[in-house]
Parts: sequence; C-alpha cells; structure tokens
Amino acid sequence: MTTRTFGLGCAVAGAIALGGTAAAAAEQITFVSQGGAYQQAQTVAILDPSAKKLGITINQDSIPDAWPAIKTQVGSGKPIWDVVDTPTGYCLRGGEQGLIEKLDFSRIPNAAAMPEAYRSPYSISYEFYSSVLAYSQKTFPKDAPNSWADFWNVKKFPGRRALRNHPIATLEAALMADGVAPDKLYPLDVDRAFKKLEEIKPHITVWWTSGAQSAQLLNDGEVDIEMAWNGRVSALAKEGAKVAFTYNQGILQSTSLCILKGAPNLDTAVKFLNEAVDPVHQANLPLHIDYGPGNPKAFETGVIKPERAAQLPSEPANAAKQALMSYAWWSSPAGEAAEKRWASFLQK
Amino acid sequence: MKRSVSDPSEQHRRRENGLMLALVSPALLVILLLIVLPVGWLVWQSVYQDGFTLEHYRRVFTEAIYWRSFALTFEISLAVTVIALLLGYPVAYLANSVPKGWSILILSLVVLPFWTSVLVRAYAWLALLQRSGVINQLLRYLDVISEPLALVHNTFGTVVATVHILLPFMVLPLYATMQKIPGDLMQAGASLGASPALTFVRVFLPLSLPGVLAGCTMVFVLCLGFYITPELLGGGRTVMVSMLVSRNVELYNQFGAASAVAVVLLLGVLLIFAVVSRFVALDRILGQK
Repeated sequence: MTTRTFGLGCAVAGAIALGGTAAAAAEQITFVSQGGAYQQAQTVAILDPSAKKLGITINQDSIPDAWPAIKTQVGSGKPIWDVVDTPTGYCLRGGEQGLIEKLDFSRIPNAAAMPEAYRSPYSISYEFYSSVLAYSQKTFPKDAPNSWADFWNVKKFPGRRALRNHPIATLEAALMADGVAPDKLYPLDVDRAFKKLEEIKPHITVWWTSGAQSAQLLNDGEVDIEMAWNGRVSALAKEGAKVAFTYNQGILQSTSLCILKGAPNLDTAVKFLNEAVDPVHQANLPLHIDYGPGNPKAFETGVIKPERAAQLPSEPANAAKQALMSYAWWSSPAGEAAEKRWASFLQK
Repeated sequence: MKRSVSDPSEQHRRRENGLMLALVSPALLVILLLIVLPVGWLVWQSVYQDGFTLEHYRRVFTEAIYWRSFALTFEISLAVTVIALLLGYPVAYLANSVPKGWSILILSLVVLPFWTSVLVRAYAWLALLQRSGVINQLLRYLDVISEPLALVHNTFGTVVATVHILLPFMVLPLYATMQKIPGDLMQAGASLGASPALTFVRVFLPLSLPGVLAGCTMVFVLCLGFYITPELLGGGRTVMVSMLVSRNVELYNQFGAASAVAVVLLLGVLLIFAVVSRFVALDRILGQK
C-alpha cells in the first residue's frame, strides 16, 4: 500500500465513523420498495414529505421480490432493513413465520382508523391495484365484455384470450365467472375454480408472466381480451392504444407496509408507518402514478379531484364493484395448496 | 544410465512442473470458488433442511409435472440440436471451402448475434412471429394464408428462437474441425475416381464427425438450461426445467426444493456426457487437440 492510498483509506474510514455517529444522532430508517416509477412516485408523494415532517432520514433500497431477502436478513439475526413495501401475502406469511413484527395499532392511529379488511396484525395496506378485465376496442367496439362470465363466453365474445400464469386473482375470476358473488368468494372453492378454468383453458393463447408482457399482448393485438393490472391498461390507453378495461368484478389487490422482526430502528419505523398512511400523503400518490391509496380516507381530503378518483381502483364506488383479495386465505394452508396445484393444472 | 537427483534435466523438469502448477493455480482457485463450492452447497441444500431429507427428490421423482417438464426439456433440446446441425453444417462447410476473406465474412455473420442480448433477441422473434408480426403479415399479403398462423407462444416459437441463439455453438466447432481436414485427402479421393458426393460421404463427413459431436453436445447441453426464451416465447405452457427451478423457489420458499431440480438436471447432463464419452474421447472434443 502506498502512502497515498493509505491516507485515502484513513479518510474513508474516518468519514464512515463520522457518518455513523452523525446518523445515530438523527433518527433514520431504511425503507424498501419495488423500485422504478412506482418508488419514484412514492418518494415524491409520501417518503420525502414524511421524512420532513418527522425530522428523520429515510434511506431507500429497492428489490423486485423482497421475500427471500426478508428471510435471509431476519434469519441472520441482524436485519438491515426496517420497513418493507411488499405484496400483502408476504407480510402475513412473514408474520406467521416470526419474520415480521406484530404491530401496536395504538401507536399507529392513522392505520387504526382504516377499515379492518385493509390491515392485519402485521401489515397496513399501502396502495391498491386491481386485476381487471381488459379488452381491445377494435375487436369489441360496442357491446364490450363486462364480467368474467363474458370472458368465459367464447361464443358471444370471440377472440384470443390471455390470463396470468398465476393462481392468485385467476381463481377468483373463475369463480365469479361461475356465478359466485364478489363478496362471497372466500374461502375459495378451489375444485370448482379449477374445473371452471379447465373450461376456458383451450381458448387461452398466452398465460402471461409479467405485467409488461400483458400490456404488449393487448397493444400488439396478440390477444383481444385478457386479465391485466389496471395501471398497465391505462398506460396503454394514455399512449393512444384502442384498449379499455372495466372495474366490474376486478380483484382488488394491495401491497402493504410491514416491519422486519428485530428491525434496527423499530421505534422510528412505527412512527414512519403512521405517517406513511396519513390521508394527505396517501392522496398525493395517485397524482403521480395509477395506483389507488391504501387509506380510503385519502378520498375525503379533497386532494384527489373527482374525475381522477373515478379512475382509481380503491375509490369507494369502484371498490364496491370489485372483490377484495383475501391475503389471509392465500397464505393459509389451503391457499398454499392451491398455489402448488397451479403448475399441474397448466402442464396437464 | 542412472539419473541422479541432481541431474540438470530432471531439475529443469521439476522446475517447469512447479511453474506450471503456479500458473494454473489461479484458474483452479476460481473454479473451486465459483463452481465446486456453489454446486456443493446446492447439493447440500437439496438434502439438508433441519436434518437430512429426501423430500425434495421424492417430489421431483413422483409428481407428474416434473417428469413432463424434464421430458419436454429433452425433446426441445433434441429438436434444437438436430435443426442447428442441419442449418449449421452447410454454413460451416461453406465457410471452410471459400477463400479466406469470404470465410471471415461468413463467420462474422454467424457470431454477430452474440453482441445482442438474449432478451432483445427473444423480443425480436416476438415481433417477427406474432399474429400481427412481420411473417404473418407478409404471408397474408401474399394470400398464402387467410388466418394468422400460431407461430409463437408455443413450443414452435421457443425452438425457433433457441436455434437462432445456439447456432454459433454448432457452427464454430464444426468449422474448427473442418479446417483441420487436409484438402489433399479430397483430391486423393477424386484422383481415385470417386465423385465429389462420394468423396464427401466417405472422406470428409467421417473426418468432420468429431466436430459434429462437439457442436451437438454444446448445443444440447446449453439448451437444457434455457430460461428466458421459453419464458417469453412459450406462452406459459412450455415449462422447461430451468423455469421449474425458479418456480420452486417461489412456491416452496426454500432453496432446497429448487436445488433438487437443478441437481437432477446436472446429473442428467453428466449422464449424457458419460454416454457420449463411450463413443468418442471427450477430451478430444473439448480440447480439440
């Protein structure tokens, strides 16, 4: 080692030590979401304002699938992350496996005021999206399909079809096609759902795996009618594609916030959780991206204009037309068994 | 004549061996760190989870979907290998028989797609093969078909794109082998009265077989592990083994479940090598001495 690099090494070590003490003085947390446009929108709408209001530093990290990292970090006994924004099912499963902190809602009044279905002992709904019925307006200029029964009706609505290569939301759609009411889905009748899926299987051109793929299929006319996430379809429509979707019988899904077991900044993390679901911060999110706020009180703040609200999946009138996904059912043994059954269904 | 230890040539030989060992040790270390240890860890995880267990293997060998995936993967790999050979052999032959300048051009064209990522090439095939894609539109314009053909989102599309990606691995070993076949052997055949076709079948083809086997082994083995191409072009129904591996991580939340699938695939590959090596000296294929 030359003198110069040695000097540099000392400087870096010193800076790290200094940074460490400085950060210890001010409160901080590490927040993890899924990156991309979604995390940017949160940063502007929720994270920066929350950090300013609480006087804390929010360090951000992003990962497409947080679950393996949660397992590894908590398993190691010294997690680095504090708060994670991840599909609600992972929060619940993590809670059961002792990887996620149980929440004390007396310290999180904003969440305590939310409907009970929007939270669990381990998680708080953070934002909503929906698995909706989307279609090409070129193929169906009028008399558009409006329910999963229509999707299953290949005579009345001829055309190529796509579904997601995943049982979550797909089984729900099958049951609604078979006549089950959106609010009477759970516990899912798995046998009935798979039986109904067998019926439509020969007519499915593509079982898509990524949101981008679902958008491409509809945009390029590869399929005429499909299940897709609302944000993907509205993005296509904004670019001028002749596509549309209906919230009728959509499956309302969410990602939630949860705290890692043994998080390094547990106290600050709880404070942040309360701030993150504050109605005004939440109302700011849909101004930057096509997702609905996790806290329905956001719609009462006046921040979201009525015409914008009408486009959002969790707007009360839209939510009323949809089925609210039960993550508790999907992380139950019956739900896990249904997930495993999917592969054999598809490959048969 | 007796050689003492202090024999200068013996000393020289030893020094050279020592030097060789020193030179290969970084490579050996890399192999140990990046291949032997991870694969060992993989095997360990597949049998150990809070104690020794064969549960993951029981699943792989008893559930029908695994068997189907393995069968499909081998079928696709076989099809890809045969097609790549049929397409690659004439290309390598041509590159071998034309003047140097031309052969460089041909080989550059073969290698060119290497500079594009596998992902981009999968999307390019999508643009070509899909319903509103270039090929279907052209065929409809020419009135060859009235309804678009289902060229993608199935096994066909997967095979086409995979052949395209793996073709260089067939052409290059073939070309290398053909380069070493002395041209005068062909002349000798002709001078003895054999037709060009007969010379090819009796002389050239047998001499190029090591290249054929090398190319086929490379393509087949690489194809067994394909992931992105079937994922994007298979329409969700073409489930190859690598996709099972990733799905098992998701489904069981345990690396062991995925490791077991990977280990079975690895054993399958080793078995193929073992069978192939009964017919041909593997070191000759891979080392090209």
